[in-house]
Amino acid sequence: MEKSHSKHEWRANTLPAMVMVGPVTLVLLFLVVAPLIFVGIMSLCKTDEYYNVVYDFTLVNYAKLISPDYLKIYLQSLLIAFFTTVICILLGYPFSYIIARTKSKKKTLLYMLVIIPFWTNSLIRIYGWRTFLGSSGWLNSLLMLLHITKEPVDMLYKTGTTILGMVYCLIPFMILPLYTAIEKLDTSLLEASSDLGAKPVKTLFEVIIPLTSSGIFSGSIMVFIPCLGYFFVSNILGGGNTDVIGNLIERQFKSANNWPLGAALSIILILVTLVLVKIYQKLGGDMDSLGV
Amino acid sequence: MGHIVELENVNKIYGTNHVVKDLNLTVEEGEFLTLLGSSGCGKTTTLRMIAGFEEPTEGSIKVEGESIEEKEPFERDVNTVFQSYALFPHKTIFDNIAYGLKMKKVPKDEIKERVKEIMKLVQLEGFEKRYPSQLSGGQKQRVAIARALINKPKVLLLDEPLGALDLKLRKQMQLELKRLQKKLNITFIYVTHDQEEALTMSDRIAIMHDGILDQLGTPTEIYESPATKFVATFIGETNIFDGMVSLVNEDDVQVTIENGFISGKAEGFRFGEYITVSVRPEKMKYSDTHVHGFSIVGTVKDYVYVGSVIKCIVALPNGNELKLERLAGQSLPEIGSYIYPYWEKEDAVLIHSRENSIFEALDNITLA
Amino acid sequence: MKREKKTKRIKAVSVSFCTLIYLFLFLPISVIVVNSFNATKTKPYLSWKGFTFDWYIKLWSNSSLLGAFANTMVIAIVSTILATIIGTLGAIGIYRYKFRGKGIINGLLYIPVVIPEIVIGIALLTIFSKVNIPRGMITLILAHVSFCVPFVVFNVRARLAGYDKSVEEASMDLGANRVTTFFEITLPIMAPGIGGGALLAFTLSIDDVIISYFVNGQTKTYPLRVMESIKSGVAPDVNALSTIILLGTIVLVALTQSDILKKVKS
Repeated sequence: MEKSHSKHEWRANTLPAMVMVGPVTLVLLFLVVAPLIFVGIMSLCKTDEYYNVVYDFTLVNYAKLISPDYLKIYLQSLLIAFFTTVICILLGYPFSYIIARTKSKKKTLLYMLVIIPFWTNSLIRIYGWRTFLGSSGWLNSLLMLLHITKEPVDMLYKTGTTILGMVYCLIPFMILPLYTAIEKLDTSLLEASSDLGAKPVKTLFEVIIPLTSSGIFSGSIMVFIPCLGYFFVSNILGGGNTDVIGNLIERQFKSANNWPLGAALSIILILVTLVLVKIYQKLGGDMDSLGV
Repeated sequence: MGHIVELENVNKIYGTNHVVKDLNLTVEEGEFLTLLGSSGCGKTTTLRMIAGFEEPTEGSIKVEGESIEEKEPFERDVNTVFQSYALFPHKTIFDNIAYGLKMKKVPKDEIKERVKEIMKLVQLEGFEKRYPSQLSGGQKQRVAIARALINKPKVLLLDEPLGALDLKLRKQMQLELKRLQKKLNITFIYVTHDQEEALTMSDRIAIMHDGILDQLGTPTEIYESPATKFVATFIGETNIFDGMVSLVNEDDVQVTIENGFISGKAEGFRFGEYITVSVRPEKMKYSDTHVHGFSIVGTVKDYVYVGSVIKCIVALPNGNELKLERLAGQSLPEIGSYIYPYWEKEDAVLIHSRENSIFEALDNITLA
Repeated sequence: MKREKKTKRIKAVSVSFCTLIYLFLFLPISVIVVNSFNATKTKPYLSWKGFTFDWYIKLWSNSSLLGAFANTMVIAIVSTILATIIGTLGAIGIYRYKFRGKGIINGLLYIPVVIPEIVIGIALLTIFSKVNIPRGMITLILAHVSFCVPFVVFNVRARLAGYDKSVEEASMDLGANRVTTFFEITLPIMAPGIGGGALLAFTLSIDDVIISYFVNGQTKTYPLRVMESIKSGVAPDVNALSTIILLGTIVLVALTQSDILKKVKS
């Protein structure tokens, strides 16, 4: 009896479970967990004079992290991420609301139209912005043609331009969860609220926003965190004047060649991510609404 | 007729949850057996153990005398009609029904012929190329039945197959299933929580309660002589009186209850024993004066008309209510009047109370 | 009358607001598409000098750009296939079976989704250089598999949520063993989720800049080639290729979408 039990158990559960879950486990262990642990180790390493990594324990990289120059960039980075997130909510919420609530048969098309631009490489699109905003770009040509300005307006290499690029790259990650949350909203609740005497604005704040807050939260996470790392946006549009933490890390790995310091900077990003995700979960956010 | 399915001391335990307890059940070849009980009573688990989706924690299951616990579901000659139909959404009706034969590698021509035949039997001709999502609930139901029956299983297991249908369709399908079962002469083991359905369709009913088989018998046996209080209350409407045997005569007993005493015809009851008395509303009588063997008095509270039947609600002094049932047009007491309810002694069903076992156990301890 | 007027005004505001957002979303793309037909021959290829197909013709002789694009496609196809197989099996396995460490695996799946790509990129770079895997095609594919797998898992899992397991029991009940059941029943029903996951993986892979930037070695992908050329002004043949890719993806997705819709409606 006992024997047949385990045999059945093996055929019905253990073997298929191993075959199915094994590969994904290996990928996660070797390509996600191990590299991240290794970054932690590297952040505690020294470098020799040729910038080779020496596996010798030190906290010197972490000491460098609190230099005023870096602190300024962390702050700048957080501000850029913050404004990007806020703008994404302000633009994305009404937009998602309108397309999610539309009775038009073209609803799917309207939704697809949000995604289609993102099939073009993000670098190219950011470059498109640069072309559009540059001193001899379309916008300046238009402004001069209409005699609004005489000289081309310098629109690149400003914090605002970087934020524009970030908003552009990340707004779909705000729109998609908002769309999902708003579409799930039961219309009869709005009717009930109105029936009970609430004016539209009251209904918005009392019913609609609380019920779709999950979308706002997950959208914010999906916008805020990547913003800290999108170094190429500030490279192309900010021209080095509007660095985010990602730029600092990129520089250590690509030009300054101080990997341990870059690793320590990455640890900051990991910690910020963990804190934000914890807050998200505290607010009742569902991890599954991130990502898809 | 031989035994087709035998369950011996079957137990199923999930963690700390004992779902099926010491189940012994023999199913005769060609019969329509219903496992009846409320949700969570272990009836579906029992069915799934026969199908092979669950393994008994203990005990053996035999089909035609052969042990099958070792066999995978796909190695067993039993088929299942699922509660949710479980039709394959990506296959046409034809492919759904042909699936079992395809797995057995039956030649294509034969598959075609047999599918055609079975589709005719369940009145689904012309639906071959449709997909399950294009069918109504009743049609899906027929497909599910055809898909299982085409394999000519030794036993067909049906897990609340009509649960999702509306009342009218359910009644119609009940008759149709019964007709199919008679015609094909296949053993049906049918799970339901609907006692009316069980009574209409079954040759025998097995009533399960908390993982225990309370009673196994024909619908008449179950209705007329329920073995436990649960069976009495679960099947049909009844009036229940809990009390203690206060007088044992030759062929009847008198039972003291909260509101007085009542009587019933019975043998094998001891003085002082806890007892449950069940009397169907249609067997209840009333009188203006005392009837020998009965001392309960009640006030007529209300009438409820249910089609051709009138139910009369009678309140007893302690607040309990009794129901009397009469055909419309028959005379009934006025609302507010006092009556003396009684019944013919042989119309009462007397049931040993489970509580007795506790007292018996206590007796044994003191004796020892 | 007054109400009707109000509704109309709300509608007008809504439509114009959405139009503006769509303009915002499509603006840089239209810049690219238009510039791919721009006849200007001088850097930085910005001022409009008339319409031409020259860049599309020139594209065919730009072997380094086409080579980079070929790399991108090979990496995207291989890593999508691998990620789809691994992710699909994983999602179904995690959904169906109880085993120790399930919670941990579930948790780990979120890491590549929430952690900034740059961290994944440098983490993979450091470990690849530590264990001496030469950076190139192999490391690119491994990296792309690692960040695509979770997205496939989530997509398939979303499909599994509404999945009635009894169809598998029905299949086994009708005589199909586990392997047959998986291929005959589970996989086809999961197809839309798997297809969606694969599409997402493919999109993520061809669009990836940051992670590829760190693990590529000498192998250039199309986005990396673009990154290099940005400093000197992007040549319009890059615009031409981007326009072709955009058209290609639209056609591809239109096809798969309609196919998926046809297959399973329930």
